[in-house]
Amino acid sequence: MERIPILKMGDCLLVTIQVDMHDRLATTLQDDLTERIASTRARGVVIDISALEIVDSFIGRMLGNIAAMSRVLDAQTVVVGMQPAVAITLVELGLSLPGVSTALNVEKGMALIGRAVGKAEGTNGGPET
Amino acid sequence: MTPKSTNRLGEIVARHERELVPEWVEQQLAAETLRRDLVKDEELREQSQRFVQSLRAGLEATDGNLDVRGPAWSSTRDLLRELAHARSRQGFSPSETATFVFSLKQPLFDRIRSDLARDPEGLSDELWQTTVLLDKLGLYTVELYHEGREEIIIRQQQEMMELSTPVVQLWEGILALPLIGTLDSARTQVVMESLLQSIVQTGAGIAIIDITGVPTVDTLVAQHLLKTVAAARLMGAECIISGIRPQIAQTIVHLGVELGGVVTKSTLADAFAIALARTGRGVTKTAG
Repeated sequence: MERIPILKMGDCLLVTIQVDMHDRLATTLQDDLTERIASTRARGVVIDISALEIVDSFIGRMLGNIAAMSRVLDAQTVVVGMQPAVAITLVELGLSLPGVSTALNVEKGMALIGRAVGKAEGTNGGPET
Repeated sequence: MTPKSTNRLGEIVARHERELVPEWVEQQLAAETLRRDLVKDEELREQSQRFVQSLRAGLEATDGNLDVRGPAWSSTRDLLRELAHARSRQGFSPSETATFVFSLKQPLFDRIRSDLARDPEGLSDELWQTTVLLDKLGLYTVELYHEGREEIIIRQQQEMMELSTPVVQLWEGILALPLIGTLDSARTQVVMESLLQSIVQTGAGIAIIDITGVPTVDTLVAQHLLKTVAAARLMGAECIISGIRPQIAQTIVHLGVELGGVVTKSTLADAFAIALARTGRGVTKTAG
């Protein structure tokens, strides 16, 4: 069965969506990703959708769900590289993904996660402990 | 009866064409309504000549029907289209344009009267036919005139659309979008697309939307702005709205529009300073 690869980079997971998303693929990705976050104890997830040209409300909702699930598993999600047409479509559908962080490209998304993780560890490992 | 009479009109025009045209041109040149500033004598003479020729050709080709939209009159229609479009661009009024056709009546009536002086019934028939024909052509000219005007208006709208949505790069990673004029759905769509496209091209992280030039903000405009901000955020760029005048601030609050989470500044300069600070830069004075 067709699967979307999940790459591990440090304490970050990188998901690059290169094919047209259909609903079954999306639910499989949800399962695989939550599985991997739990097993690798990743702190961040970068989803690169720069090759995605068509979205519908289901895919939009799925992106929001993945972000919420990762947060529960203590990993921050950044969606990167969204195409203008996709952004317009999602806004018109009323899905402005309020809980999801975004960045222009993978590099900036990684930097964003690096900062967020560093900050979180800084507060945990503060002068008190 | 009717076919014969139309052919007679055609014959009259053909017989007198040579002196009809100069006389008509003389009369047009003498008329007070002629816009000497807009049309040259030579051009008018040539147009009159071609119109009479095509009128004769049209009368010869038709069998008594004066349906000016029919195929027999296509050359006359083409001539009038060219004339009406040119005149609407040159700044003639509709009545001045239609007068070109209507003014042919006087010299033509003179010819008909002298030719048919002994046949009162035929005379009145011919006069009626001529009036009907020239009225139709005159009205058709007015329609074409307006068609020309419509084309000008549509072209200007397109030009305005292109002119009014520039996206400028203020600094590396900082874009500005100065909006001028009323925002409607069509324009907002263009604005949104050009902004998002520029974000992709320049890789900018911050976009400043300046609404100093937007005269009024109603709920619809505010909604359009918020959609643009949301779309830019989805692509990973942050938006700052600047240039909110006191009047507009009051309107936004009175309308109950929630600009939740969007950074707003009163001037573009303030917004630029914030954007520089966010990207880890600053402006320092070096002298004085």
